[in-house]
Amino acid sequence: MTNTCLTFRDLTLGYGSHPAIHHLDGTIRKGSLTAVVGANGSGKSTLMKGIVGVLKPMAGEVIRAPGVRAAYLPQQSELDRSFPARVVDLVSLGLWPRRGLLGRYTKEDRDDVSKALMAVGLGGFEKRPIDTLSGGQLQRTLFARVLLQDADLILLDEPFNAVDAKTVGDLIALIKHWHGEERTIMVVVHDLDLVRQNFPETLLLARQPIAWGETRETLKPENLLRARRFHEAWEENAPWCEPGEDAHGHDHHGHDHDHQHGVGPRAA
Amino acid sequence: MDMLYGLVIAPFADFAFMQRALIGSLMLSLGACPIGVFLMLRRMSLSGDAMAHAILPGAAAGFLFYGLEILPMTIGGLIAGVIVALGAGAVSRFTIQREDASMAAFYLISLAIGVLMVSIRGSSVDLMHVLFGTVLALNDEALTLIGGIVAVTLVSLAIFWRALVAECLDPLFLRSVSRLGSPVHFIFLGLVVLNLVGGFQALGTLLSVGLMMLPAAAARFWTVRVEPMCVLAVLIGFASCVAGLLLSYHASLPSGPAIILSAGVVYFASILFGTRGILRARIIHHRHRTA
Repeated sequence: MTNTCLTFRDLTLGYGSHPAIHHLDGTIRKGSLTAVVGANGSGKSTLMKGIVGVLKPMAGEVIRAPGVRAAYLPQQSELDRSFPARVVDLVSLGLWPRRGLLGRYTKEDRDDVSKALMAVGLGGFEKRPIDTLSGGQLQRTLFARVLLQDADLILLDEPFNAVDAKTVGDLIALIKHWHGEERTIMVVVHDLDLVRQNFPETLLLARQPIAWGETRETLKPENLLRARRFHEAWEENAPWCEPGEDAHGHDHHGHDHDHQHGVGPRAA
Repeated sequence: MDMLYGLVIAPFADFAFMQRALIGSLMLSLGACPIGVFLMLRRMSLSGDAMAHAILPGAAAGFLFYGLEILPMTIGGLIAGVIVALGAGAVSRFTIQREDASMAAFYLISLAIGVLMVSIRGSSVDLMHVLFGTVLALNDEALTLIGGIVAVTLVSLAIFWRALVAECLDPLFLRSVSRLGSPVHFIFLGLVVLNLVGGFQALGTLLSVGLMMLPAAAARFWTVRVEPMCVLAVLIGFASCVAGLLLSYHASLPSGPAIILSAGVVYFASILFGTRGILRARIIHHRHRTA
């Protein structure tokens, strides 16, 4: 299937022996813009980590279409803000996919860094030490880095946290611009109004996918209610998930999505 | 003029052992100071100290079997250091335990073994050299060793610079674009051990970490970028070596502590007068711009 960017095959991700994403099946179309919504602990960030590969699946797999490069903006960055670096140094990390470990930065690269900073409204911030940036400015700096990575698949985990309304507007415009360039984008968002206005497709998660597809359909009240009833806590003595009996479970949940995209064949 | 010559140049011009000490300690600064900058920026300053202790049993084992010979003691120290660095690094990478705790555990065990081995051989004046160094008795072998270590260090830093900076600045980002994160961490730990081992000929296992950390800690007060910070740390290291050796020559003080104390003086001066130091922050900051 040439227009598939990501395929989840019976994907289970989690911590210890407890799943945070339970038997996820489905596909992400190339060039799609998907919002990932759900309550706290519903597995949104875990899914992002699984896709980018920093968390190994407990079962199943994520298959990236060949040649797809991902850029990832984590919710909790491990960025060390006390590190002596300037904005331009931080953004230049985004040149890694292009230049790697040893490639020299060219004049063109440096121009691209400036352009990326312009695009997020931080023109002229190049020389600022990163420990003098506000939370929102830092977030925009990280957006500039994602911009520079020039990736086909862009994963943003709650990018609008601690960002003022005007900046959210700017960042949404940037995301739509990427969408226009046929990049595949997944964004974890909490603000459902924002999702309804700006995201064509939505994945509603509650450890399992509750609904997945066109945003208006997915965010119907009955789906939201089902998502809200989801039990957040882990149960220490929850029964072990056996392959046989579980096939029912994820089959059931997988359906919504499969119909919408007409992705038929699955092993289960 | 003559007095200045007598004070500063003559000791190095007249005595071969002073020349060797100068060459050895300057080379050490060239490799160890940039490593110290990264140790500091990764909040691993005390890990460096721990690692320096961890080298002891290896050096002691070499001493136990071969006496006061440079090569066996160096190789022993290298092996012990690598075991501790890799062990502690692996525990912190692959379990929930943080590096500080795993490092402390490993180095305490290592130190205990070292002390045990030392006591088997009995007290010895030679052993004081192991612990506190003999920069004034560096022979050709030791200088060659130090030169090799410096070359390896500088070449590795040049190659892995970008990954090392990325690994310090934003490790999760590096993991998302490259698999170099873990290898770079271990290469870096290897370089730390290498430089500590190189230093213990001259400064002893306990003080070799001083030439690594103090110039780096001092440089932190002067600049907000990594590259100048490394250069400045090396320069501070150079100055400390020259000052320390002269001090030790004129006042008949042990040379290792004199070098480290010179670096200590620069450190305290930097705390006070550095562009990011106390006085600047407290006093000169009253004026501000409109935007």
